[in-house]
Amino acid sequence: MTSTEHVVAVPRQRRTRASRVKTALKKAPFSAWFGIVVILGYVFVALLAPWIAPYGETQVFTEAFAPWSQEFIVGTDQLGRDVLTRLIYGARNTIGIAFATTLLSFAVGVTLGLLAAMYRGWLDQILSRAVDVLMSIPSLIFALMLLSIFGSSVTSLILIIALLDSTRVFRLARAVGLNVAVMEYVEAAQLRGEGPRWILTKEILPNVLPPLIAEFGLRFCFVFLTIAALSFLGVGIQPPTADWGSMVRENATLITYGDITPLLPAGAIALLTVSVNFVVDWFLHATSGLRDEK
Amino acid sequence: MKNRNSGQREKGTKLLSIRNLHVEGFSDERWHPIVRGVDLSLKRGEVLGLIGESGAGKSTIGLAAMGYAKPGCRITQGSIQFDGIDLLAMTETARRRLRGSRIAYVAQSAAASFNPAHRLLDQTVETVVAHGIASREAANRDAIELYRRLHLPDPDTIGFRYPHQVSGGQLQRAMTAMAMACRPDLIIFDEPTTALDVTTQVEVLASIRKIVQEFNTAAIYVTHDLAVVAQMADRIMVLRHGRTVEEAETRHMLAAPAEDYTRTLWAVRKLAKPEVPAEDYLLTIDNITAAYGGTVKVLQDVSIKVPRGRTIAVVGESGSGKSTLARVVTGLLPPMSGSISFAGHRLPSTLKERSKDVLRRIQMIYQMPDNALNPRQTVEEVIARPLEFYLGLKGAARDRRVNELLHMIEMDESFLDRLPGELSGGQKQRICIARAIAANPDLIICDEVTSALDQIVQEEILKLLMRLQQEFGVSYIFITHDIATVRAIADEIVVMHRGKVVEQGLKTEVLTPPHAPYTELLLSSVPEMDPDWLTNLLERRKRKRVGAAN
Repeated sequence: MTSTEHVVAVPRQRRTRASRVKTALKKAPFSAWFGIVVILGYVFVALLAPWIAPYGETQVFTEAFAPWSQEFIVGTDQLGRDVLTRLIYGARNTIGIAFATTLLSFAVGVTLGLLAAMYRGWLDQILSRAVDVLMSIPSLIFALMLLSIFGSSVTSLILIIALLDSTRVFRLARAVGLNVAVMEYVEAAQLRGEGPRWILTKEILPNVLPPLIAEFGLRFCFVFLTIAALSFLGVGIQPPTADWGSMVRENATLITYGDITPLLPAGAIALLTVSVNFVVDWFLHATSGLRDEK
Repeated sequence: MKNRNSGQREKGTKLLSIRNLHVEGFSDERWHPIVRGVDLSLKRGEVLGLIGESGAGKSTIGLAAMGYAKPGCRITQGSIQFDGIDLLAMTETARRRLRGSRIAYVAQSAAASFNPAHRLLDQTVETVVAHGIASREAANRDAIELYRRLHLPDPDTIGFRYPHQVSGGQLQRAMTAMAMACRPDLIIFDEPTTALDVTTQVEVLASIRKIVQEFNTAAIYVTHDLAVVAQMADRIMVLRHGRTVEEAETRHMLAAPAEDYTRTLWAVRKLAKPEVPAEDYLLTIDNITAAYGGTVKVLQDVSIKVPRGRTIAVVGESGSGKSTLARVVTGLLPPMSGSISFAGHRLPSTLKERSKDVLRRIQMIYQMPDNALNPRQTVEEVIARPLEFYLGLKGAARDRRVNELLHMIEMDESFLDRLPGELSGGQKQRICIARAIAANPDLIICDEVTSALDQIVQEEILKLLMRLQQEFGVSYIFITHDIATVRAIADEIVVMHRGKVVEQGLKTEVLTPPHAPYTELLLSSVPEMDPDWLTNLLERRKRKRVGAAN
């Protein structure tokens, strides 16, 4: 046995996760930086909405469809509410709901997907076939149907979209999980006698995280678009709560008069979608070792 | 077609000359030198062996001889003259015209190099037809002739099979036929037999050597196996870190290696340990029969006794059931019948029924440390887990023990926060060993633990395992197909063939004649450093066959 002289505790310079992230950020391309800055900007606006917004969310002024001016920077809407204020609160509602929905769909999809990958057999069969059934129904129509049954409250909106989206997450998690579940380090953990919770969270999950995080970004965009679409159709987020989808719908007529105000919420959606995708692209590159062929 | 270029094919004229070759590879966002100034020349009909550890640059040089650099690599300096043509000065299109027709390549993994969706024959003649050298009919006839010369079974019809319908050795020979189809002046063989069993390797080596001689083709033979290169090459070049260490005629090099590095390479094959007879048995396997799912029995009535504190080597080719045996012992595959007793108690057949303490006492080390270590866990996490899980160590006690274990495997604290991707193959395997030792086991199953490693690293790992055995009295079940490894580490040997135990006993008993017929075949197929070994072996086997026929 080695003598104790080797075993003096050396103060060691650890490369923590934070320092790894820092070096990765240093190497990030412009598009990723752009994406990060825009996303942070949105989050900032969403969190501080009541302090930033010039007026209250549902405050109504006398003049409907007011043009852009000093008082109403981008005018007012069909009821005379300040559009900028609505935009700022819309960020809060739309992003918040989309984020909660995506998070929930991942919690469900990833857990079930990895369980299916780990145990295979009948559990996998049952879950996979159930997902097949859910996926065989066009999701927007299914969502419309469910929302009209359960009523379009924010909670049911989140639950229904999360459930529908979790099917895709399940498929991805199961597919990438299957590749990892057969690795020898997972077998080594089984041989050690580790329980399913350890194997799932410590052995498999960290190795499937990169594709899942990338998918998270994309799913977030899709959920966002779904909510916007549902709101546009009138079954999403209900008035007077501000959200970008319904803002487009409510002010759509302005377009015919050459006023670009209804494009602002649409632009806000587009910008966030593009930014999230920039960041996801960069993240995939950095974590998967994906390289451009020369 | 056979006599194409025959005017220029006399032996001895210069064919390839590489001067001051530099190749760089791109990784971690910068260019690293892979080959640093190698000179090489090759005459027609000559076979040059390139040997060295992984990372020595031997495959890169082999590819550079075709004017090719892998994606992510670039040739930065030097000249490559092939039959008076400067390969680096010509256009990519012109180079492509040369490749396949005048310079051919045989890759390590034939299975990965064949398209599974096409028949062998179509793939063999593809280059000939693509280069417009012969019509498809003529090429087909010629390919069948090549199959015959390469001793493939049923040469007339084997070409109509798909790659998955032939064995690995046959596929490797079909690939040689593919390379030979255009009668190239030069063939690059990149470890063509590394993935094969020794018994198959002999046949492939003999076929390759025969056909290269018959067509007077020059060849560059890349390998890390000295004994193989001794059979194949006229001249050997030893490489290390992208530089030439030494170069000489094969016989000369084998008899009198000039450099220290070459001598260490030579010495590795000679590691041997005296056997110690067993005093007591730790694990007894009784009449185990096992199968995967269906009815095909992978193990049939296998009985083995594992001595306490000693090493028992389980030897056999792939498909002999050695790894299945390991799965049965670890509880991953419950046997259909038979029983195992461990330290006097019956060992439950499934993982679920075994207590934590039993699990702790039987540990496993895998062949590929890359797959056996979680790429997202640091060295510290890997080694500390068994300590926490089995022994309940925490805080300072845990840290101290992790450090002790690191020193035991001849590493230190600076590795604690490294991820497996930042370690070399040998270091990764050491971490796997530390993880097994951390559990204070009685028995470690080593499944081909050295076969993915370079020879020098192999030797270090074997020495480490032996030292740990002396310190802790742990028993090893050492699964391997490499007889040199067996000589180095085993006390007892079990020879397995097609799921059955062929022979079992102390090392010297099994390794000295008379042998069981299969043991004889296995032992005689292990290449030796003698350059006449293959010739003599083929001669002996032929005589035996003739003798048997009479």
